[in-house]
Amino acid sequence: MSDFWSWFIIVIVAINLLGCAGLLLWNKQISPEEAAKETTGHSFDGIVERNSPLPRWWLGLFIGTLIFACVYLALYPGLGKFEGVLGWTSANQYDSEVSLMERQTGPLFDQYAQVPVEELINYPEALAVGGRLFANNCAICHGSDARGAKGYPNLADDDWLYGGEPAQIVTSITAGRKGMMPPMAAAIGNTDEAVRDMAIYVQSLSRPDLAKDAAKSAAIERAKPKFMMCAACHGPDGKGNQMLGAPNLTDAVWLYGPRIEDIEHTLRQGRSGNMPAHESLLSPERIHVIASYVYSLSQPAQQ
Amino acid sequence: MSDPRRIEVNDASPDGAVSLYSKRERIQVKATSGRFQTIRNITILSTMGVYLLLPWLRWDGQQAVLFDLPGRQFRIFGMTFWPQDFLFLSWSLIIAAFALFFFTVLAGRVYCGYVCPQTTWTRFFQWIEHWLEGDRHSRLKMDAAPWTASKILRRGSKHVLWLLLAFLTGLTFVGYFSPITDLSARILTFGWGGWELFWVGFFTVATYGNAGFMREQVCLYMCPYARFQSVMFDRNTLIVSYDEERGEPRGKGAKKKQADTENPLGDCIDCGMCVQVCPTGIDIRDGLQYECITCAACIDACDDVMDHINKPRGLIRYTTENALEHKPSSVIRPRLIGYGAALLVMGTLFMASLYGRVPLQVDVLRDRNQLYRTTSAGNIENIYRLVILNKSQQAQRYELILDGPEGLSMETNKTFTLQGGQTLNLPVTVSYDPYVNEVPSSTIWFTVRSLDDPDLEKRHESRFIAPGR
Repeated sequence: MSDFWSWFIIVIVAINLLGCAGLLLWNKQISPEEAAKETTGHSFDGIVERNSPLPRWWLGLFIGTLIFACVYLALYPGLGKFEGVLGWTSANQYDSEVSLMERQTGPLFDQYAQVPVEELINYPEALAVGGRLFANNCAICHGSDARGAKGYPNLADDDWLYGGEPAQIVTSITAGRKGMMPPMAAAIGNTDEAVRDMAIYVQSLSRPDLAKDAAKSAAIERAKPKFMMCAACHGPDGKGNQMLGAPNLTDAVWLYGPRIEDIEHTLRQGRSGNMPAHESLLSPERIHVIASYVYSLSQPAQQ
Repeated sequence: MSDPRRIEVNDASPDGAVSLYSKRERIQVKATSGRFQTIRNITILSTMGVYLLLPWLRWDGQQAVLFDLPGRQFRIFGMTFWPQDFLFLSWSLIIAAFALFFFTVLAGRVYCGYVCPQTTWTRFFQWIEHWLEGDRHSRLKMDAAPWTASKILRRGSKHVLWLLLAFLTGLTFVGYFSPITDLSARILTFGWGGWELFWVGFFTVATYGNAGFMREQVCLYMCPYARFQSVMFDRNTLIVSYDEERGEPRGKGAKKKQADTENPLGDCIDCGMCVQVCPTGIDIRDGLQYECITCAACIDACDDVMDHINKPRGLIRYTTENALEHKPSSVIRPRLIGYGAALLVMGTLFMASLYGRVPLQVDVLRDRNQLYRTTSAGNIENIYRLVILNKSQQAQRYELILDGPEGLSMETNKTFTLQGGQTLNLPVTVSYDPYVNEVPSSTIWFTVRSLDDPDLEKRHESRFIAPGR
């Protein structure tokens, strides 16, 4: 706010306050003729208003509101750029409420932080807390039941892109993950047929029965040598690589769908998955609790 | 003293101007007794008694009436009301408002005179005043007297007692929100928190100021009810009224002048009793005024006087404007019947819904990130988040039942236990296998039923979305 507008507001506020005070004092007295009138002259449907005086404490209340206004303007922001003696701001109030909440929940999270993730899954309250944190921070992508969606990994199964050990889960949440599958169409021959062949080959890794079909068998044979390009990340046997987050191609879990079109799309365009880093959003203690919750989902049921 | 609130021009300042504001004349009410005052004593003793004793009642080992704001639960005689039950509060307030309309149409400001807290506490304070300082004339004398030891003692002890009653009021009020046994126990150890201290203090000061000093000013200038009561009056409303035909022309020494048959005097002997006993300081003989709170003190006072001079009672009585003018008047009229019927219907429905209330809340939220999900096995899945709240105070075991088209199945833990007041967030996956049977998009229902009490169930509708054909 520039000085001009600040003063503009201060002057308006001052004029209003003084105006109210002046009006009150100026109207405090009326002429004897005015006072002697029976009614104010207002008449509606034959109902007339009597000219009764106000009680005197009413005037006191008015003056009280003026004093309140002055005190308020001294304590709180209101007079242009003047910040008020108390230094109150909404951001401060928010911060103090957040820190109060942190103080209240801190001991509990500190307690949980002492317990390793593998053991924390035996604490139902901790898992309930983790479940609520998951619902607020993770469920929008991974789903309320944590089973993911197209492009968002299922966290409730045993198949992990980057590893399902507690430390790896914590790293995934804290630092995020960037999955990068480069477009491979050019490398494997750049023709529709070559891409189709490779897609069939990739499908066959998890469905050996495809080889029984003569046409598909031929496609598999054509694509097999080119799989070297893919082996750099997915491994020569297509088992994937958790260091890189390269998916295992030999199981029935498909991040982007099992259909031939889905696989072709992956080959042509590539894929880039992004798990955002949460270290700026969640405290390490909270991440610890969420990691326990996620870890518990893939463990045998804790009943 | 025709009207205490008219401006007397003789209190003008030197330049002839008159203050727009009038100094308040303190009303010293004369004590009165009679039929209606007996009823009023019963009503205010019961309202005050209920107010003071209710927080001390126990129910199932807990405070029977407790408005637990931090816990967001209202506990009333074993029932727990949650913020989700806000409609009950709204309806009870609406019903209370209609009851007020009903009684106003019937008999004017009868609520004010008989059960309003302002009246109740004011009368209690007046009893203390009367007991320590005597009746009206001795109080007026004391007001004018210099400060003697006796005056200081009487005045002082009056204020001490007032403050005690006010403090009790404040303590009780806070006791509705913070368990009163604990609150009272901590008085002796000075273990009150800042807010408890503040609110008890606030209500103590407010009670002391209201019942001790403001009194009728509240009814005259602050109470919103006084503003809109006139809308509900009509010519058949029972009001406290002076029978002008019978009373006028008023005059003292009635017996002497009774011989004058030319202009016989009326029954009113202008003794001023009706004005002296009036808590709002009006003269009822001037006709109906908005200040009148229908407390009937003037009726009792006047009946007493009439008994003394051997005249029939009822110079001032509850009657209607029509009856005073000898027009046909019926208190039971369509307007009253209408209000009564509305009140009865609302009250019945309210009680019925209260009786049929299921202390269980089920909300179903579909996941919003996708309409449906295809698993690697080809199953079509929908995900829901069920928020289940046990609104009772006991632990309950529940089962979850899915109603929907053939072929839908639900994968979740079907039974679960919730403590009293506990909320469960339950992710539920509903799916079908398109290789077995096709399920179109359709409406489904989740039912949560208590295993301990089959009547206790809540059903919630939702939608299953399948791929379009």
